Amino acid sequence: MKLKKSTVNAIISYAIVIAAFLICQWMIATKNMPRTLKGQMIPICVYIVMAVSLNLVVGISGELSLGHAGFMSIGAFSGAIASTYFLNALGLESAIVRLVLSILVGGAFAGVFGVLIGIPVLRLRGDYLAIVTLAFGEIIRNVVNCLYFSVDGMRLHVSFNNPNLPGSIIVNGPAGSKGIKAISTLPVGFVLILFTLFVVLNLVNSRSGRAIMASRDNRIAAEAMGINVTKYKMMAFVTSAVLAGMAGALYGLNFSTFTAAKFKFDTSILVLVFVVLGGIGNIWGSIIAAALLTVLPELLRAFADYRMLIYAIVLILVMLATNNPIIRSLFNGLIRRNRADQAKAGKGGDAQ
Amino acid sequence: MKSMKTIIAMILAVVLLAGLSTAALADENTIKIAVIGPFTGPAANYGLACRYGAQVAADEINAQGGLQIELLFEDDEHDTEKAINAYNAVIEAGAQMIDGNTTTSPCLAVGAVAYEERMFMLTPSASSDLVVADKDNVYQVCFQDPQMGTISANLISENGMGTKIAVIYNNADDYSTGIYKTFIAQAKEIGLEIVSESAFNDDTTDFSVQVADAKDKGADLVFLPIYYTPASMILQTAKNIEYAPVFFGVDGMDGILAMDNFDPALAEDVILLTPFSAFSDDEQVVNFVEKYKVISGGVEPNQFGADSYDAIYALYQASVNAGIDGNTSFEDACELLIAQFSEMEYTGLTGVMKWDETGAVSKLPAAYVIKGGAYVPYGE
Repeated sequence: MKLKKSTVNAIISYAIVIAAFLICQWMIATKNMPRTLKGQMIPICVYIVMAVSLNLVVGISGELSLGHAGFMSIGAFSGAIASTYFLNALGLESAIVRLVLSILVGGAFAGVFGVLIGIPVLRLRGDYLAIVTLAFGEIIRNVVNCLYFSVDGMRLHVSFNNPNLPGSIIVNGPAGSKGIKAISTLPVGFVLILFTLFVVLNLVNSRSGRAIMASRDNRIAAEAMGINVTKYKMMAFVTSAVLAGMAGALYGLNFSTFTAAKFKFDTSILVLVFVVLGGIGNIWGSIIAAALLTVLPELLRAFADYRMLIYAIVLILVMLATNNPIIRSLFNGLIRRNRADQAKAGKGGDAQ
Repeated sequence: MKSMKTIIAMILAVVLLAGLSTAALADENTIKIAVIGPFTGPAANYGLACRYGAQVAADEINAQGGLQIELLFEDDEHDTEKAINAYNAVIEAGAQMIDGNTTTSPCLAVGAVAYEERMFMLTPSASSDLVVADKDNVYQVCFQDPQMGTISANLISENGMGTKIAVIYNNADDYSTGIYKTFIAQAKEIGLEIVSESAFNDDTTDFSVQVADAKDKGADLVFLPIYYTPASMILQTAKNIEYAPVFFGVDGMDGILAMDNFDPALAEDVILLTPFSAFSDDEQVVNFVEKYKVISGGVEPNQFGADSYDAIYALYQASVNAGIDGNTSFEDACELLIAQFSEMEYTGLTGVMKWDETGAVSKLPAAYVIKGGAYVPYGE
């Protein structure tokens, strides 16, 4: 049986993620992992999912989205509310079941908002999506700052700017979520990464994925071929929103409290930096960039107040290095040689 | 190619080494206290004040001899995620107790983990009542937001400072909404007339709508349960439209006189509630202000610095009484400190403090009026 090349690549990707997971679990089990890194494992999973999902919009469908943290915010808050509701009102004790259900709820709500924004905006051309998503992120943050949710028996209460609700408060306006049980676990985080890869890789390698990329590369030609550009752009955008919402729920349930201010413009840009630095359209680049750039500021703690300065310098150096023709050809040469070795092609691959 | 690999391996090794905290050997005579707060980012003012205040206290204590203090500073950037990272970093470095976090939401996030792991926390300035709720290991040096609102309303009513009251608050800020809610509730209770309530958020830079609303409704007192940066803009706006009511601020107003490019004449006659006045001629305060300015590079201390100074001294006093030394694990230290704090009394820069079983402090704020660029006790 001969598998398609894309299938083989996908299987290799899953295998690498699973291997990384096993190494992490082994390090935790043998107490070889520093506390600071262990505490960051779930945020790393979250940012990887965020970066891969944003790459779907920015890299694969070629639209600039500056409000990805808005979807994360919706996912985080709806996930937190769902989790508390399942526990308090429905008496669902199992943490893992609540976590998975909350992640699904977070993804669903973010998806609904993705559709609502996508319908008017994806019909437009040019930079409109960037501007609208930018505004969307800010609107979400300001709205959540005025929102109050509480659960009282089986009933969920919501109010705007009025904190005096019956029952126990879950979302407390500017104070953010409160009284949430932190139930996120590393295995679920890794499963979410696998799920994201599965969805994104399958979408990219499908008929729809080719239509999405055709619309990106030449809209007029794609339309002439009979492709419904809006529909396919919508597909990429909503998928990305759902995944970001799921990541948000995982993020929210990792902390006992979080505020809407966390999901502001800066976070959207941070995720965009992961995507750009990893290489636009490059899924593995996003994963590596997200993991490294999340860990980097913590590694630089030894430099105290200068660490953000050093972080910025590192970003610039990486940008310059990845765009340097000599280093690029070096990398390309390495990759080519590896492939050549694997294929056992007689001539081998010379570096340029 | 081999040399390339070596270079990459070396770079990685250096990066990883830089991240590993150098685990120092535990010295029996030195306790390690972590100070966690926002030393960078938008809330850096408050975090740095806590950092300098703690440093002054530690220097004084170490100069006396006896049990020594080593401070471990970590930055939380006023972010819950970074706060957990900072907390993990100080535990790796061997912290036995925490003076922190400076701000409320990081303090809540760290408090939940610290409660599970039994690490004692004394926050100098996280003032929400939620910070200490349901946690026996978290104590506060500052008083809580709800108390502030109630005390303000009572003071206005008792002294007849105003009859028609306007409130301008930040509805994107937990601190501000917390005081606002209790102030309104207490005002209704004791029959103060509120004529105007208007909100703004962190991004607001123009306050003409809010101030004009207060003026149009004829308010003769404007209550500002907010930090001093927006307050300074409100004072400027009021002056521009020739509106001169009584302005009443709370502890967030403390620090307004030390702001860059702020004309102190604007704050003339502003009333504020604060536990600490850098203008006091009390010997202890004068001494603190002098040492603080050396460390901070000339910046006057505000209540955050004083609260953090008190936090270090209170932790030190409790540690000495409980017999905690450099070899005590943080879990053991936590139980010993809880036992101490529930019954001890400490007198510091910000007053005489006792703690109830929830971890809240009981001390009284004093009202001051700004006259000629200095705080004068109200009523004198």
